Amino acid sequence: MTDSVIDYLTPVIDEDGAPFWRYAAQGELRIQACASCDELRFPPRPCCPRCQSFHSTWRRMSGRGRIWSYVLPHPPLLPGYAEQAPYNAVVVELADAPRIRLVGNVVAAADAPLNSVAPERLGIGAPVRVAFTEAGGGVTVPRWLLER
Amino acid sequence: MATLKDATAIAGIGQTAFAKHLPESEKTLACRAILAALDDAGVSPAEVDAFASYTMEETDEVEIAKAIGAGDVTFFSKAGYGGGGSCATVAHLAAAVATGQANVGVAWRSRKRGSGPRPWKNTKAQLPTPGQWTRPFGLLRPADEIGMLTRRYMHEYGATRDHLFNVALACRNRANQNPAAVMYERPLTRETYMTSRWISEPLCLFDNCLETDGALACVVVGAGRARDCRHRPVYVHSVAQGLPAQHHGMVNYWNDDPLAGPAWTAARQLWKTADLGPQDIDVAQIYDAFTPLVPLSLEGYGFCGRGEGGPFTEGGALEIGGRLPLNTGGGGLGEAYVHGFNLINEGVKQLRGVSTAQVQGASTCLVTAGEGVPTSALVLRS
Repeated sequence: MTDSVIDYLTPVIDEDGAPFWRYAAQGELRIQACASCDELRFPPRPCCPRCQSFHSTWRRMSGRGRIWSYVLPHPPLLPGYAEQAPYNAVVVELADAPRIRLVGNVVAAADAPLNSVAPERLGIGAPVRVAFTEAGGGVTVPRWLLER
Repeated sequence: MATLKDATAIAGIGQTAFAKHLPESEKTLACRAILAALDDAGVSPAEVDAFASYTMEETDEVEIAKAIGAGDVTFFSKAGYGGGGSCATVAHLAAAVATGQANVGVAWRSRKRGSGPRPWKNTKAQLPTPGQWTRPFGLLRPADEIGMLTRRYMHEYGATRDHLFNVALACRNRANQNPAAVMYERPLTRETYMTSRWISEPLCLFDNCLETDGALACVVVGAGRARDCRHRPVYVHSVAQGLPAQHHGMVNYWNDDPLAGPAWTAARQLWKTADLGPQDIDVAQIYDAFTPLVPLSLEGYGFCGRGEGGPFTEGGALEIGGRLPLNTGGGGLGEAYVHGFNLINEGVKQLRGVSTAQVQGASTCLVTAGEGVPTSALVLRS
């Protein structure tokens, strides 16, 4: 499906976010959790907003979720994205932790283009599951597949 | 408790022309707008001792003060978050003047879209740290980020594209009455709106603000001084900034309640320190970088209940003669998009009784700054 190499933006990873991307490269979806009070938090940050502890762990998620919302961006867009537009960008709320939501893309296969699923198949509440793909620059990102 | 209530007033307003492209530099435009505002107030530039601006403003007070011939400056501030800072400039000056830190304050915004960075063209500086969670997935522009909240809002509350059209239409209709507006004499029809190209579905072309070059400024002085100025004083009745708990900026998807944005926080503070409530507001200038920000703001500032922002726009409610005449100069959707500063000046025009779309007898006006980012708001009264 991907004959040409698509020019995706690669994330500028900060210290707080680095474990997320490291686990993603291993094919694991993990979310930061407070090691003291167990509260999950996203995006990652140095201390727990509930108990102010600076100790955290990264909890593995089931990788299942639901579409919370989505948009279909049209040009003008950055070149790598304009080539695929209109494509979908979604917010997925995790089945394990509905307050944790991740921006991503619903695709036909992990390495398929961002426009590989017809927009008519998208809907708020639709169940999805995570898959991982290398999106340039050695960075692995989560993508989302529609569940049957 | 000390109060800012009516302690200061906006005594002068100024602006340049608005256009897709203006030949002069941002600094020149800023100076022109500021000098026009001082002239409007009848105050000498040498008396200016306070400046306030907001981020994404590339002209700074050192250069501006020097250029216009300001005296010694004893207060200066810069509010954050782009369009969220518009009303904060007046709030900061009002606080400075009311507490004796300065006597004559100038707030301004000068903007040239033609020369500035555009998120879909510039790949450099594309990825501020929070961007690692959104940009790689092609959520690139403010329209995409707000479009995401809009889809959820429509799903949750049954708001429709017709509701968004009502907002676009009210702003365009007012722009059609305002010769200074970029969209003067360019009517909008429902068919044009519904068949226009998408920018980020569910947002179409007419859900997005204009791209405009231009500058505006206003002058804030003590209430007593304002009564000696050239025009009827427009009192700064109440001010607020709002950064809600766990807010994240444009992509507020990680909040427990992403659809209750900064407007709610600003509103609580705004009404707490006012003698007025939403029911007492004659005309509103609500930040309209995107049409859905208006129904969200109508809810946040208490003009209607949660989820009722869409239906509120029905039946001509936002038009002149309606329940809450909106953005009477045309707003960011029809007059000019100068990060909302034109909304402040239009509020002043309404309370002076000189708007091109005057609400008869208007004596109170709500002005808001960008929703979806840490924001600010003003209640002005005559």
